[in-house]
Formats: sequence, structure tokens, C-alpha cells
Amino acid sequence: MSKQEQTYSAAGEVGQIVTKRSWWERAKIALRKAPVSAWFGMIVIAFYAFVAIFAQVLAPYGEADVFSKADLPWASLGGDEAHIFGTDQIGRDVLSRLIYGAQNTIGIALITTLLSFFIGGALGLVAAINRAWLDQLLSRGVDVLMSIPSLIFALMLLSIFGSSIPSLIMIIAVLDSTRVFRLTRSVAANVVVMDYVEAARLRGEGLSWIMRREILPNIMPPLVAEFGLRFSFVFLTIAALSFLGLGIQPPTADWGSMVRDGSRFIQFVKFDWTLALPSLLPAGAVALLTVAVNFVVDWFLHKTSGLRDE
Amino acid sequence: MVGETITVHPVLSTVLQRLGLGLLTLFFVSIIIFSAIAMLPGDFGEQVLGQTALPETVEAFRRELGLDKPAWIRYIDWIAAVLQGDLGTSFSGRASSGSDESRSVVELVGPRLWNTLFLAGVTALIAVPLSLFLGITAALKRNSLYDRGVNAVTLTTISFPEFFLAYLLIVFLAGYFPTLANVTADMPLGERLYKVALPALTMTLVIVAHMMRMTRAAIINLLASPYIEMAQLKGASKTKVILKHALPNAWAPIATVIAFNLAYLVVGVVVVEVVFVYPGIGQLMVDSVSSRDIPVAQACALIFAATYILLNLLADIIGIVTNPRLLHPR
Repeated sequence: MSKQEQTYSAAGEVGQIVTKRSWWERAKIALRKAPVSAWFGMIVIAFYAFVAIFAQVLAPYGEADVFSKADLPWASLGGDEAHIFGTDQIGRDVLSRLIYGAQNTIGIALITTLLSFFIGGALGLVAAINRAWLDQLLSRGVDVLMSIPSLIFALMLLSIFGSSIPSLIMIIAVLDSTRVFRLTRSVAANVVVMDYVEAARLRGEGLSWIMRREILPNIMPPLVAEFGLRFSFVFLTIAALSFLGLGIQPPTADWGSMVRDGSRFIQFVKFDWTLALPSLLPAGAVALLTVAVNFVVDWFLHKTSGLRDE
Repeated sequence: MVGETITVHPVLSTVLQRLGLGLLTLFFVSIIIFSAIAMLPGDFGEQVLGQTALPETVEAFRRELGLDKPAWIRYIDWIAAVLQGDLGTSFSGRASSGSDESRSVVELVGPRLWNTLFLAGVTALIAVPLSLFLGITAALKRNSLYDRGVNAVTLTTISFPEFFLAYLLIVFLAGYFPTLANVTADMPLGERLYKVALPALTMTLVIVAHMMRMTRAAIINLLASPYIEMAQLKGASKTKVILKHALPNAWAPIATVIAFNLAYLVVGVVVVEVVFVYPGIGQLMVDSVSSRDIPVAQACALIFAATYILLNLLADIIGIVTNPRLLHPR
């Protein structure tokens, strides 16, 4: 008994003092150290989320309400004072459509990204665990899918299935899941060979347990960062498709198609630059969100990869 | 002489391997694009020709698409025709009465492909030297104010959608350049260049950001390798380190970066062409998709995919051929 009292370990002593911080406490410490760009990004994202969630409360008019004063962009150009950003070509309030656009565009992009992570993540984990013919088949299939530029592929598929929101979500999610698959597979491949996974396998855990409880918690940081990047990519793709007139269809308010609608003034921009605003406002809304997401992801990647190096 | 056959061999075999892989990818991609027509919903003949189409006309249309034959025979027929330069006939312009005013896809695609190549070429001529210069100088002056400035600007432009950049440029430069790039076939070169100034500039901004960052990363990666440190430690001058030690190894990553970004250009061109109403193949593809003119969409997708795959293949091969480690195996 006395022998055990004499053994001294520094780790043991430190372990007595260090209290385990809760998740929230650790998050607060990390946030305090975050750079300005990350703070800027988080504030912008929070603002967008707020607008998207409470669009019905915030918007002064309905998404598709038509007013008589049509096609005058600004109050200064003879528009109506009641519409700050004016009305569009069939007389819908631009500000309301911008606010509803946040809900529709971000919502659809979020659903698509979640779906693409579900597909790509699950297949990637399965491929990493079961490295036999299934891995070969999935990886070669993904190679072929990725050899076609995704915008071109999406256009091709839209020509077959037609532009509806469900087909848009499915097509982009499947095309985007190839990238998630590759990342998940390569990160998970490093974890699968660990002893604790072997131990779980030996004590008879099934595929689903190993995926969820052994591997997934250990590959979370790169996946979370990738989620941010994929979200902004999906968001840009949907905006681009809507801009091309092949994404979200009217009367649903959406930033990409608003840019397209606003572009009818573009020949006159050289006389009055404010005529570019009907296009610039929604385009800028898209740009600001992607910049904000990129800032946060940049900080997060830096932080998680830095921790791993230590 | 004997030594030479041995040195060339690994390079050649790797290149042939990549070529084979590229052709295989092209084959699979052509199958995917071909199956587009097989996946069409039920009665496409009536949809294209209109509800009033005579049953005989619909039947003839189906026979033209080869829907009475099994899929693999249709694929062989189609790919044989494509390889001979026959991309089929457009769906548009077909009338239910049977009078056929549709045009062949090659006739539609040809001039537009030339326009797109012109725009991409002008962009590449501006963007490639500019981004290489920015990337290399930023890498050499790492962590300087210049490096950080260039980095911040490119990170921002990367996350902007193409159409936002396009409209920003229009706001600032609409007084100097035309906002409609409506080029025609018989336009003199000077006027053509003037018309494509804004679209080319937009694409340059998008591409330069990517290319510059990748060049910078490649050069920094290279300068961090042990043999560069060795060269510096043995007292070689800075120019000598860069020209003699770094550059031979830098060709591969730089060529990869250029080819990769030219491939990226192929995709970016679609949105930019629509913004500036430029009569290129991207605009044609968008139009054909919205009118569901499948043969034209197929042809455009095939051209885009083939260009993309070939450029990536080219990047691979340049990387292999200029790799000193493969050229001088021990």
C-alpha cells in the first residue's frame, strides 16, 4: 500500500487541479481569441440566419404581392416612398423579396448541403471501413463523376429532369456528395486502422456502430470545415443556376433570379450607376454570405489544424 | 545509349498510362451523356413535336432517335457519328406538320465554339502571365505587406459569384466599355477585342485569384524543401537558387496550375457569357437546357467535358514530363 503512495506523477497532480471545461466554456475561450475577420463572418452569418428565420415577420409585404407602381427601381427616380428599394418589373416590393430570398435561397442550399453530406459521408465511411470491391467501385465512380465540371453536369441533368426544387436539390446534392465522399474516405481511412476500431470490431460491433461511435467523432473537425466550404459552393451553384433561369423558378423569391430580373437596366448603367443596384443588391447579398462563411471556415481550419500540430 | 533507353522508359510508360486512363474517363463520360436521351420521360416525341403531331411524324421522330433499337446499338451509332463530326439534329424548329426546319447541331455549335475559344484565349493571355507574376512575387516576399494585401484581395474575389464581379465591373467601367458583347462573325479584330473587354476582365478576376493562390502555394511548398535550404546553406546566390534549383522543379506545379485553371475557365464561361449576352457555347447550352433541346445540350456537355478532361490530362502529362525525378531516375 505504501508503495503506491510514494509514486508521483505530474500528470496525476495536474489532473487533480484541472477541471473539465464544458463545451460552452471551451467555445467561449476560442471565441475570445478569434480574429476580426472570423468575428465579422460570424456576425454576418448570424444576421442572415435571423433574417432567414424571421422573414415572414420582417418583410413589409408578401413575397408575391403585386403593387400598381411597377418597374421603378428607386424613390429618387420617381418610385414610391413606401418601397425603399422600389418594385420590380411586375410591381413586387424588392425589399420584401430580398428578405424572402434569404429564406428560400439559404434554406434550399442548407437542405442540399445536408443531403450531400448524408450521402457522401455515409458512402465515404462505408468505403473506408470496407476496403474491398465496394471501395473500388465507389471511388472509380466518383472519379468519373468528378471529371465533368459540376455546373455543366447539373445543366445536363436539369435538361432531363426539368427545373423543379426537388430535382434541383437532388441533382446538386448528388454531384456535390462526390467531394464529401473523397474527403470523408481519406480522413476516415486514417482512423479505421486505429487499435480502438479493431477492438470494437473484435467485440462484435456492427458497421453502423463503428461508423457512428468510433470513426465519426474522430473525423469531425475537417468535416465541419468542409461543411462550411461545401455550403458556400452549393449556395453559389444554386444562385448561378437561378441566375441562368434554370434554378429556383418564380414566383418563389430567390437572389439568383432577382439578379437576372434586375439586369434589364444594365445598358443604362453608364448614365446612372444606381440602375445597377437591382442586380447588385441580391448579387451582393450572395457575395457577402459566401465571404463570411469563408472567413469563419478559414479561422476554424487554422484553429483545428493548429491544435493537431501541437 | 543504353542508359537513355532506361531513362526514357518510366516517363513514357507513365504518360501512356495516364493517356489510357484519360481515354477511359472520356468513354465513361460519353456513356453518361449518351444515357441522357435514354432517361427522357416517356413520350418525348409528342412533347417535342406538339400535341397535334401526326402519329406517323412521331413514329418517324422516334425512329430517328433510334428508340426502336436496344441501348448499346444506339450508343455505338451515336459515338461513331460523334467521332465523324456529326452531332445529330437539333430538336428546335421541328413542326408537327412534318415540315422540318431544324438545323444540324454542328452548324449551331461551330461558330459559337469559336467565339467561346476566342473569349477564353483573350482571358488566358491576360490572366496567366499576371497571376504567375503575382503568385511568384507573393511567394518570394512571403508575409510582407504586399503578400498579405494580394492574399486578402484574392480570398475575397474567390468567394464572390461571377455575376457579382461582372456587375461590379459594369458599374465602374460601363462608361468605357460596352456592356453587351454582341460580337458577329465579320467583325474586325480590334472591335471584337473592345467588345469582349468586360467579359474577359471578369473572367480574369475570377481566374487570377485561383491561379495566383495556387502558384503561391506551389512555390512556397517548393522553397520549403530541404534541397533549397541546402543550396542556400552552401552559399549560392539568391538568383542562382531560384533559377537553377527551384525553377526546374517548379515547372510541373505551375503547368498543373495553369491547365487546371484553364479547365476552370471552361465552367466560369457559362455564367459570364449570359451576363454579357455573348454568343458563345455556354449561352447556347443554357438556352438548349431551358428549351430541353437535348441533342444540342448533349453536344455542349460533351465539348465542355472533353475540354475539361483533356486539359486536366495535359496538366498531368506536363507534370510527369517535366519532373526531374522521373527524368533522371537513379
